[in-house]
Amino acid sequence: MGFFNPDMAGILPISIILDILVYWLVIGFSGLIFIRNRKIVSQVLFPLGALGGIALLSITAFSITHSPTSAILPLGLPDLPFHIRLDALSTFFLFLLGISSTGICFFSSGYFSRDGNFSPGLVCLQFHLFLVSMAFVFLADDAYLFMIAWETMAMSSYFLVVTDHKVPEIRKAGYIYLLMAHISATAVLLCFGVLQKAGLQGIGGSYTFDMMRHLNLDNFWATTAFLLALFGFGAKAGLLPVHVWLPEAHPAAPSPVSALMSGVMLKTAIYGFLRVTFDLLHLQIWWWGILVLTLGLITAFFGVIFSAVQNDMKRLLAYSSIENIGIIMSGIGLTITFQSYHMQALASLALIATLYHCLNHACFKSLLFLATGSVLHATEERNLGKLGGLIHRMPWVAVLALIGTLAIAGLPPLNGFVSEWLLLQTFLLTAGFPQPYLNMLVPVAAAGLVLATALAAYVMVKFYALIFLGQPREKKLLEAKDANYWERLGLSWLASCCVLLGLFPVEVIKLLNAVPGLLIGQALGKVTSQTNWLFLTPISPDRASYSPMLFFSATTIIILITFLGVRLFYHGRVRRTTAWGCGYPMQTFRMQETAESFGQPIRTIFSPFFRMRSELPSPSDPAPHYHNITEDRFWYVLYFPIGRFIRFLSNLFGRIQQGRISIYLLYSFLTLILLLLLI
Amino acid sequence: MIPLSGQLLNLLAAVFLLIAFAMLAQRRILSLIHLYAYQGLVLSLSTLIVAYSTHQPHLYYSMLLNFLLKVLIVPWILHRLIHRLNVQWDVETLLNIPTTMLIGLALVIFAFNLSLPIVQLAGTINRSTLGIALASVLLSFLMMITRSKAVPQVIGFLALENSLIFAATSITYGMPMMVELGIALDVLVGVFILGVFFFHIRNQFDSLELKHMEKLKDN
Repeated sequence: MGFFNPDMAGILPISIILDILVYWLVIGFSGLIFIRNRKIVSQVLFPLGALGGIALLSITAFSITHSPTSAILPLGLPDLPFHIRLDALSTFFLFLLGISSTGICFFSSGYFSRDGNFSPGLVCLQFHLFLVSMAFVFLADDAYLFMIAWETMAMSSYFLVVTDHKVPEIRKAGYIYLLMAHISATAVLLCFGVLQKAGLQGIGGSYTFDMMRHLNLDNFWATTAFLLALFGFGAKAGLLPVHVWLPEAHPAAPSPVSALMSGVMLKTAIYGFLRVTFDLLHLQIWWWGILVLTLGLITAFFGVIFSAVQNDMKRLLAYSSIENIGIIMSGIGLTITFQSYHMQALASLALIATLYHCLNHACFKSLLFLATGSVLHATEERNLGKLGGLIHRMPWVAVLALIGTLAIAGLPPLNGFVSEWLLLQTFLLTAGFPQPYLNMLVPVAAAGLVLATALAAYVMVKFYALIFLGQPREKKLLEAKDANYWERLGLSWLASCCVLLGLFPVEVIKLLNAVPGLLIGQALGKVTSQTNWLFLTPISPDRASYSPMLFFSATTIIILITFLGVRLFYHGRVRRTTAWGCGYPMQTFRMQETAESFGQPIRTIFSPFFRMRSELPSPSDPAPHYHNITEDRFWYVLYFPIGRFIRFLSNLFGRIQQGRISIYLLYSFLTLILLLLLI
Repeated sequence: MIPLSGQLLNLLAAVFLLIAFAMLAQRRILSLIHLYAYQGLVLSLSTLIVAYSTHQPHLYYSMLLNFLLKVLIVPWILHRLIHRLNVQWDVETLLNIPTTMLIGLALVIFAFNLSLPIVQLAGTINRSTLGIALASVLLSFLMMITRSKAVPQVIGFLALENSLIFAATSITYGMPMMVELGIALDVLVGVFILGVFFFHIRNQFDSLELKHMEKLKDN
């Protein structure tokens, strides 16, 4: 393990990956040739793109344990070529990209084959450009290529978000997204500037990561770089309080794009943060970790309670993405803290849990976003309060979405459970911090994490039940059609990934183990117990272990026995009745839980977190009208004041601008006099 | 010889400053153009004297260039321009004239104070005229500020350029030939372009009043 002989395989993995990226680019640009030809774009180009995803997935799975390889691309400015490097961290994230993009490409072939208000060729180009730029973010080995890829990613995804740009809300969402993307890019650029600052005095200031790795920044500058990275990458990932673009942009985009943004693009920010914190910075300070942990937990908690009160299914998923990013971030925070205290074994465990959750989130969140896409296509409806009962009309989507829902709710034996369990284990197994306060904090943090995951399960019940269960709340739902073949293929791909990642955690962790080896300096030891290879045992068998296979088989057997028992030995009858009839003699679709009523307990319990405006009709009102608007307080506390302040400043500057030439001349005259006085 | 040329230079510098003041106070565009031509003449003369007394051949070319351009060509273009635009009317100033003159006086004092330390460093025969040149720069600037019509403003700009050349000859015997050629060409081209603009501005706003251009400001 760890050794790689280039002659053995003949071709380096890095060059194969580059070939795949070129292949994607070719597919993207062929979209321009068939710019109006919906059939070719959807039935040929997108499936070909999916093949690229499969190739990427296989090559990265094969090469993750190889030692880092670098290359210099013959592109870029003169004297400033692009450096790329393939190490365990980038390979892992490319693997993640491969997994999600395969499913999403398959789904897109079905999704974009229907009529819509867009040009298929352009979407194909932007889509593949988006994929390639994300891959280059993972591959880049200098700040220059990184920033170019980062901006290309932001731009291509912006154009994908505003695919349906005739709608004003979508344009507004796109604008917010673009603004946040640029604020984040500025912070990231500044962070790289700080990181290579010392290089200016020495070797002549190059922006390669390789040089940054060998710099020893002092504590102040390292902290500055870290905080800039936290802000920049946090804004891209949706960390509180710079999360506001996420619930706007994700619902605005077409569903495959939301899936890609939520599943993979948010992970580019995680990748960048990991890269800067563990690879480029040579030291970690303990309070950085606590800061990230706290922010992550707050984000997770905030995301999940907001997701519980959403009525738009894609907004609900977007807030749930915020929650998952929070969980991932808290894992990173824990890793930083362990690493700063040189507790390598625990640090690598926390990192593995984090990466595992990244991978899981990429699968199940993409799956759910795609499922909403199918529902949206079939019903033209995204309001949860107007859906329902679709399990009969769309059985494929319903079953596959159920897998995603269970996975995201963190139920065994699916993948969401594994990563959350691992992360909790990490929390619970720590009592060895040198600071007593930290030791007291950890259980609180663990409790927060559990609360967030439990609420996430609640949210997922709401999501699934309102869309697929119960009775249809609208007439038009009766005509809903199931997803077409390509869509089913894409959904099945992601659903099977969720299942496989859940069933074979030991194998997955073996793959992931290369990353802590690179970043922490120590890989996790054996993750199975000595006696039983079936069990995933992160620390020791007497603490905790988990075997999904065993759990899965046991569950299946119990269900089978129960089912057969009822069928064969009990009465054996099958009775069909209206859903959730509860024995009432008469029932209409209006007599079920609504989206609002599902969110009501959360709204009441956590009311200080929301900004609510509700209108309750009086009992005697002959035409009662009830409505409740729940808003994000951050807009009012943070963003609107900033906006007002900027407007105020601009007005001040606007006052200087009189539009009269004499006044402008007077300004330069006075400046001249002043400068002459000064010398 | 040298004392005489020094006296002459001082005299010309004084005339230069006087013309600058005259331009500041002049209301009529036609007279303004004449004043501009006189200023160019004074500039050429003083350059000639400097060239003669210091035996700097390139200053002869500079003088010739200045004479051709600033005494003949540019005034002629401006003449044609105001005839074609039919704008020989009075110009009104933004501030009243006595106030402008007082501000101008203050500027002259300021410029003289400013040039004192520089003059002591320079070794040219006409170094004492630097203060005047600087004062003229500021006065031309002031003129640009106080005018509300387009043509006088352009003349103010040209006078500013005159003063700069004057300052340059007084402290370092002129700029390198290339630079001076370049500036001369710039002035010529600038006048042409502005001439074209005047027609456009008038077409657009029916007048050359600059205050109409305030509408262009975006709110």
